[in-house]
Amino acid sequence: MKIHEYQGKEVLRKLGVPTLQGFVAFTAAEARTAAENLALSTGSPVVVVKSQVHAGGRGKGRIKEHSSADVLAQVLRGEDGVAGKGGVRVVKGADAAEAAAADLLGNTLVTKQTGAHGSKVRKVYVEAGCRIARELYLAILLDRTRAEVLIMASSEGGTEIEEVAAHKPEKILKIWVDPISGLGGWQARELAFGLGMSGKTVNSFAKLLAGLYKAYDATDASMLEINPLIVTEEGECLPLDAKMTFDDNGLFRHPEIVAMRDLDEEDAQEIEASKYDLSYVKLDGEIGCLVNGAGLAMATMDIIKLYGAEPANFLDVGGGANKEKVTAAFKIITADPAVKGILVNIFGGIMKCDVIAEGVLAAVRETGLQVPLVVRLEGTNVDLGKKLLAESGLAVIPADTMADAAEKIVAAVHAYNASLEKARSL
Amino acid sequence: MSILVNKNTRVICQGITGSAGAFHCGQMLAYGTKLVGGVTPGKGGTFFESGSFRVPIFNTVKEAVNATGADASVVFVPPPFAADAIMEAADADIRLVVPITEGVPVKDMIVAWRYLQGRNTRMIGPNCPGIITPGECKIGIMPGHIHAPGRIGVLSRSGTLTYEAVGQLSRVGLGQSTAIGIGGDPIIGTRHIDVLKLFHEDPDTDAVIMIGEIGGSNEEEAAAWAKANMKKPIVGFIAGATAPPGRRMGHAGAIISGGQGTAEAKYEAMIAAGIHVVRSPAEMGRKMREILGK
Repeated sequence: MKIHEYQGKEVLRKLGVPTLQGFVAFTAAEARTAAENLALSTGSPVVVVKSQVHAGGRGKGRIKEHSSADVLAQVLRGEDGVAGKGGVRVVKGADAAEAAAADLLGNTLVTKQTGAHGSKVRKVYVEAGCRIARELYLAILLDRTRAEVLIMASSEGGTEIEEVAAHKPEKILKIWVDPISGLGGWQARELAFGLGMSGKTVNSFAKLLAGLYKAYDATDASMLEINPLIVTEEGECLPLDAKMTFDDNGLFRHPEIVAMRDLDEEDAQEIEASKYDLSYVKLDGEIGCLVNGAGLAMATMDIIKLYGAEPANFLDVGGGANKEKVTAAFKIITADPAVKGILVNIFGGIMKCDVIAEGVLAAVRETGLQVPLVVRLEGTNVDLGKKLLAESGLAVIPADTMADAAEKIVAAVHAYNASLEKARSL
Repeated sequence: MSILVNKNTRVICQGITGSAGAFHCGQMLAYGTKLVGGVTPGKGGTFFESGSFRVPIFNTVKEAVNATGADASVVFVPPPFAADAIMEAADADIRLVVPITEGVPVKDMIVAWRYLQGRNTRMIGPNCPGIITPGECKIGIMPGHIHAPGRIGVLSRSGTLTYEAVGQLSRVGLGQSTAIGIGGDPIIGTRHIDVLKLFHEDPDTDAVIMIGEIGGSNEEEAAAWAKANMKKPIVGFIAGATAPPGRRMGHAGAIISGGQGTAEAKYEAMIAAGIHVVRSPAEMGRKMREILGK
């Protein structure tokens, strides 16, 4: 699960990590008030108005409604020096803060990470400005190979870490945290000196890192990325951004984090799927897939592509799917207007093929079937399942193997699209 | 012969009285697995019954091991308590612990994984279908009847994709020595490389189907080892060539992050290692038949 920057900073603040003062604003008027309050408390009129969306690259992003197709294409390619204003604005005074918020709120921010469709800006974070001496990069995440928490730091702050890794790997410093001893003070100092710090900044960094690690550990986070982590002109280290992602499996321990979930940032069908405990990911193709098991579901997507079409989704109905779950899955798949055909691929183990067949038939009877449907059943009670489909009187195309199923659904979708074309031209 | 489990393996189940544990213990007993005991704290002294089978339940793993001589444990304990159950099994010197449980927090697994280092316990999983040596021992949730005894090792992260491979092998007349699903989580006890080493040393395994998926670098690690050490033919498939970056595909570990863990990188590593890769998941069995037929 992801949260916004302003929420991430709230989490950090609660755990004693120093952050700049800031307020979230849902309207331009609220942004104005926030800027006024910050000016009063910091004595400086400079504030930063930051779009709050679940995607990185906001500063280099551009507002879709105000940008040419060329500019947006440059953003998506990750180019520097793109014309226009970004999703993060440094402004002076309450008027300017209000204007910046008005410009961002309600519009769509396109960044390298959002893709061409962009992400709607529903709130901004108005944060106190500060004098930056250096920008660094810091991330805390899982190292799967070592089964330990990895802390990565780089002097190349503000740049995407993937780029640093590709072009200047020597600029990335790494330490691993032993699960028994936790983060050592010497490890934090090692990083600080490695980043070229000296004097009181070393202690400021060590203290900040200890707080960040504590926040990561205490919340079952799966990633905490601070890009940039800044050193102020006064030599203090602060997190200027805070991107937190949490281990979904650990959320049961953190109702306060779950309460931060922002459904506006998620796909409507994915939210619906999560209600039924279905694992669903929306994709861009035209063949909907309904599969049991994550590995087989991915393999089904792959074989659709091999046969010349694109999958519309990943969907794993899970091991214990019943009629209700299959029906819900069907509705979610068919709610996607891009879907021009459906492939059901079930390897029945504990889950019996006849039960699945009944579920599919019930779903078709309930929701109707506008597009071709291929069903491939294998495993426990396969003959019974196939018999049910054959005798249903419904236009279900049966398939024996994965290859047979992929070939049939791709052919059926091509024929279906051709018939739509023909109908349109008449 | 086989790897890790056979007809002499004595199995207990941690979480035998839960609904999943009870159902699958019934299935394991019916398959012929020597399920000799169960563990549910507070229910020691009672019995688990399924058909004509009657299995004693103990309060702790140590008691169960002392009373039954068990050397393997299958874990159906719910996610919040699964890591604790794994460590309890290791503390009782269980040789093989197989946590089926899906949804164990990574933070817990980091600790459990560390706890197992230097001990005598191998873990398969978590979030896995388990391990089966056809005709001898089934520890997990896979449908026993699709398997057939034979000489092909099957290794995968996921459940149904393993069944798919087994089904394809059966269709071309090839049985399995042992089939293992190592689990879909980011931290797992036994990785591709570990299973390849075991199949390499097993005189009754002639060839291996190795199935990977996006995320992490276990497949690359295994391929590099196989290139230097393994003579037995391997057929390889990677699931998730069409998966978008940054999205978790069902399994907690199936995610391409920061450009790492793509299907293409894994395929490249496998090809470089001389593994017979198939791009279509429908070709695993046929490819194996073709190689062995030569």
